Amino acid sequence: MVRYFTRLRVRRIYKWGGRPYIFDRKLKSYGFEYLNMSVEGQEAVTTVTPGQYILIEGNDDEYPFVAKLLKFFGDESHKQKKALVQWFLRLSEVPQNKKLLLGRSPHPQEIFYYLGRACDNEINAESILGTVHVQHVPEDTPFPEPGTKDTLYVKLSWDTKAFNVLDPVLMQDTPASTPPKPALPLFPPCASPTATPVSRGPVRRALPTPDPTVMRRAGSVSDTRATMSAGKRSTLEAESIHSASKLSASKILSAKRRGSAADTPGVRKKLQLSIGASPGKKMTRADVLCELLDEEMESEKVISLKLSSSVSHSLQHGCSLSPMRSVCKTPNGQRRFPWKLSSISLDRLSPTALGEQDFSRATTPSRRKESAMAIREPALGVLAEEDSEDSPMQPIALTPRSKRKSAQLVSLRIRKQLNLLDNTQELISDGDDDCFVPSKKDLQSSSDEEKTVSEEETRGRNCKTSVRTPHKTPSKKALQSSTDEEKSEEETVVRKTRGRNGKTSARTPCKTPSKKVTPSTPRHATPSIPSRTVPARQPGNILDEARARLHVSSVPESLPCREQEFQDIYNFVESKVMDGTGGCMYISGVPGTGKTATIHEVIRCLQHASDMDEIPTFRFIEINGMKMTDPHQAYVQILQKLTDQKVTADHAAALLEKRFSNPAPKKETTVLLVDELDLLWTRKQNVMYNLFDWPTRRHARLVVLTIANTMDLPERIMINRVASRLGLTRMSFQPYSFKQLQQIITSRLNKVKAFEEDALQLVSRKVAALSGDARRCLDICRRATEICEHSASHPSSTGLVRMSHVMEALDEMFSSSYITAIGCASLQEQLFLRAVIAEFRRLGLEEATFQQVFVQHRALSRVEGLQPISVSEGLAVCQRLGACRLLLLEASRLDMLQRVRLNVSQDDVLYALKAVRD
Amino acid sequence: MCTLSRQRKGSIHELVQMILRERFCHQRLPEKPVGMESQHKHLLELLRRTAVHGESNSVLIVGPRGSGKTMLLNCVLRELLEVKDVNKNVLPVHLNGLLQTDDRIALKEITRQLNLENVVGDKVFGSFAENLAFLLEALKKGDRSSSRPVLFILDEFDLFAHHKNQTLLYNLLDVSQSAQAPVAVIGLTCRLDVLELLEKRVKSRFSHRQIHLLSSLSFIQYLDNVRSQLSLPQDFPDTKFYDEWNDSIKTLCEDQSVVDVLQRHYNSSKDFRSLHLLLMLALSRVSASKPAIKPTDLLEASRVCMVDSKANILHGLSILELCLIIAMKHLNDIYEGEPFNFQMVHNEFKKFLQRKSHSIHNFDKPVVMKAFEHLQQLELIKSMDSSTAKIQKEYQLMKLLLDHSQIMEALQKYPQCPTDVKQWAMSAFG
Repeated sequence: MVRYFTRLRVRRIYKWGGRPYIFDRKLKSYGFEYLNMSVEGQEAVTTVTPGQYILIEGNDDEYPFVAKLLKFFGDESHKQKKALVQWFLRLSEVPQNKKLLLGRSPHPQEIFYYLGRACDNEINAESILGTVHVQHVPEDTPFPEPGTKDTLYVKLSWDTKAFNVLDPVLMQDTPASTPPKPALPLFPPCASPTATPVSRGPVRRALPTPDPTVMRRAGSVSDTRATMSAGKRSTLEAESIHSASKLSASKILSAKRRGSAADTPGVRKKLQLSIGASPGKKMTRADVLCELLDEEMESEKVISLKLSSSVSHSLQHGCSLSPMRSVCKTPNGQRRFPWKLSSISLDRLSPTALGEQDFSRATTPSRRKESAMAIREPALGVLAEEDSEDSPMQPIALTPRSKRKSAQLVSLRIRKQLNLLDNTQELISDGDDDCFVPSKKDLQSSSDEEKTVSEEETRGRNCKTSVRTPHKTPSKKALQSSTDEEKSEEETVVRKTRGRNGKTSARTPCKTPSKKVTPSTPRHATPSIPSRTVPARQPGNILDEARARLHVSSVPESLPCREQEFQDIYNFVESKVMDGTGGCMYISGVPGTGKTATIHEVIRCLQHASDMDEIPTFRFIEINGMKMTDPHQAYVQILQKLTDQKVTADHAAALLEKRFSNPAPKKETTVLLVDELDLLWTRKQNVMYNLFDWPTRRHARLVVLTIANTMDLPERIMINRVASRLGLTRMSFQPYSFKQLQQIITSRLNKVKAFEEDALQLVSRKVAALSGDARRCLDICRRATEICEHSASHPSSTGLVRMSHVMEALDEMFSSSYITAIGCASLQEQLFLRAVIAEFRRLGLEEATFQQVFVQHRALSRVEGLQPISVSEGLAVCQRLGACRLLLLEASRLDMLQRVRLNVSQDDVLYALKAVRD
Repeated sequence: MCTLSRQRKGSIHELVQMILRERFCHQRLPEKPVGMESQHKHLLELLRRTAVHGESNSVLIVGPRGSGKTMLLNCVLRELLEVKDVNKNVLPVHLNGLLQTDDRIALKEITRQLNLENVVGDKVFGSFAENLAFLLEALKKGDRSSSRPVLFILDEFDLFAHHKNQTLLYNLLDVSQSAQAPVAVIGLTCRLDVLELLEKRVKSRFSHRQIHLLSSLSFIQYLDNVRSQLSLPQDFPDTKFYDEWNDSIKTLCEDQSVVDVLQRHYNSSKDFRSLHLLLMLALSRVSASKPAIKPTDLLEASRVCMVDSKANILHGLSILELCLIIAMKHLNDIYEGEPFNFQMVHNEFKKFLQRKSHSIHNFDKPVVMKAFEHLQQLELIKSMDSSTAKIQKEYQLMKLLLDHSQIMEALQKYPQCPTDVKQWAMSAFG
């Protein structure tokens, strides 16, 4: 445990060594021969030269990233320190689902040569922690068993798809025993209670370069700043440089605040460690911290002024920082600014501080992280151990100075931890309820005291540092109350991260603001249909098989006839997912033309691609206008599918608004399918407006695919501002032609020979002529198989479905039943229909009252030689015809005065009646 | 001994009454639906596939009122549930468009009948939106092979089509067309144009299977049917009575007057419900003293069935009211069915009084008014104005809801109707 602590206190200083040589004239970049690293307060210097294997600060303390250093370079001012590396992977960095490809249990010290392209190989040189020894082990030889702890072995390479035998040539140029054992540990001696008393002050003043702390802070501040809205940046740029120092001080506060607010056990642990380092000093901690921060501020101010001449432009970023840097916001900065920009500013400004290192590391190789997505174990401990073993350390008791330093580092540590939170999934596990992100690591509550101390401290500081930017206010508020909103925001972040990693734990976060427990309501009821006792029988004969395949619900292997549409939608969604942007698409087409099916197919393919790490992961959410009771329920459903929260429509709208307009770390693209869009119409159209407005937000990463039936829906029902946001990405699905329908059936049947060719053609031609609805086509085919089955004399001797069967099915489904119904009506009913027609002819109108018709009816029945019926009977006859909708009637309370109209054409009636008589 | 046999006889009649009443009141399903064998087979096969293979289906049973839609379905369900595999494996859900008048109620009812987990006792928890989401989620979670098939039986299917957005129908039919829990949606309706009621998306999801129940029964079959309906079942305890009764029924059905009556009924409507009403009336006249249905019973029953509903009301009117109706009839003749008001009727009535003052008492206007209002209450006349309040009672436009023939018939049968009034009814100037 101690070793973590040692690293915590490290303040490393990086200096270029050797003569710079011009590396690229255009970019004005310089190459450097080696890099000198020293731990602040110690004389010893570690030299890192290209060709060595290095450890790079990662988001995992136990296991830092491993890489081989290829080249150092920087810019004119020599302040930017960059390095080109060849990455190595630990097994833990390999995606979870690929780990099995290894086929054996990995050696604990094993690493893999990384051959992938996805990862930026340019890193910030200041994230280098130290060197490490890497040894190539040939494929067939076993790992050297009692290997030293600080040697890593490489045997295989990893190209994001598979493990391959590593070509030894790649490892050739390795200077075999490179790790020049540093004369001094990179980690400060205050690690143990007996650490060296270091005079920190002199070292700092002697610095030829600006104080790394300040620089780093400024750099980190720029990142923080980036997380804030861009609009505010410009106003803040006007602020003078010296504010950076104050801000950096306040940044510590905010970091601490976060530490206290987030209440991470991990943080607790760190704090506790620092307690362990200064035993018995707990009580004075607050005072010391105060003092330290004051001093820190002063010195920083001085240095930042010094700096201003050389690095003013990068400090512009720096001074535009805001102290409000909440957990969820930090990594978004990376997203908002191009990679280059942020890394440059970091490189120029950030020296050794831990939190920042972590951050910059997260910046540069984060592509790799994304692909790796695995849990990293902190590796720094190894390093620390190694260092402490190698270097003769003078055990010294802690001085107040170092204590101060430690206090400061505590805060840094907290921030670092919070940064970690964004990236590390390790920390997320099911824990007690008051922790957002409970850690797996053992919780030791003794740090509670410490935590409160630092929180008090934070508050005190916050009052002292005059609030410079408007951003401080929210941060202060958040500090004091740590509102629910923030919590929920953090929660969503956490949940997202979790979802991304496939750890779909059903557990809802405990602090959902909406969670009201209503007693006696079955709130946790799981929706399910009872399962059957006897399993469903499988289809028996060929016709059964064909019927099962022809059912609309059966998902075909491929969707024929929609290749072009598929490709267009695929490209659209894929490009959006790749770019991390948002967009809308409107898809129209009559029912049964495969709109929803095509999109589902697209999503299936994309999901597969993202499983294969070809594209970033994304979330797919589907809502259907028909499957909700009210357009505003769309919000509720989207939110529930995103975050599993159940809230009211208004609240959901607010939460979604916040979610899509605020930056959040590790936000993956959300693909939202809105089916039956026209049902989401409201008078103010605010639901549609929001759905189309969110994708245009900067941080939304939302792709909205909308489906409706009419091609001109945007023009017809949407007001301008909604239609404009929907954009012009439109697609229309044409009804299927008969050839396509035939192809669909054939592909569904997939070599099950159940239909005659002609029969299929008949069905598809008929349907294509009527609607082009594939569902209809499949239903008719299914019915035809049934007719075929029934018409066969023996159930076993069923042949193919023939034309006659299809004809019968078509007749059943398409022929109007009116004529049959008239034919089957009773004599008086038929007579009444004739009377209606006679009366229409007499009046020359298509409408008559019952009374008028009844007169005709009576006359007709006399002609027919039938006993005339009473008025009541006549009315009953009329009502019966009205119930079948052969006649259209007015309300029956009008009695004899109700008007009668025919619902069938007169010709049809006469035809049907004639057929009856003949 | 004598009393004992009489008692036994009495009990036999009660038994006959009970058996036949059950039959006529649709309390017992027939052994086999008559005249709809192919439809029966089709439906049974369809539901069996849902129950056994887990295939989702949707079907509409269309037929005029009284054509036996529900009977057919119930027969099929009875037969289906007799199969051992199926018995415990299907979940029938019965809905009626007249009871579940909107989707909110319908959803609660579905959830209650399925007894999902948000049902406690008989109460369904959650809002409308929650219920819908819950049900859909439940159905979505199911799959073809492992979930119990749900049979949604929607009586008065056309009324469900009037629900807002047709949400329920869309969702049920959508489930039936997607790989979710197996469902069969069975709609019963008498509207032939029911598909036109469905919205295009809903319509596309419906499988377009329709089972039409249109009886093309000939009169001979109809007669056979009457005989079999009136005959006692073979397992009747008293064989002697059984033979007697069935013989009497046979002779009854051969009687010419009975055949005429039945022909008349057949011409009017072919459905069994009206026939059952007729037979029920005839059956109720059977007693211990009259151990068989006689042709006169059937004639009387037919008379009761066929009687004009307004004739009875007319018989109960006073002479004054009758006179007013005659006045209205004349006004109708003069103005060719144009509406009239009280003043016109009163004038017409006064003219008659002036001519024949001796035959009828000269009523005051308020009395006449009262009689007029009574006629309105009996709905023999109907106000044509929608806003009755604005116009004075005397001038409200009215229409007569009686046919000529009805009035004349009533006058013929009216007891002690003054001759003058009868004559006046024949001619306006009589």
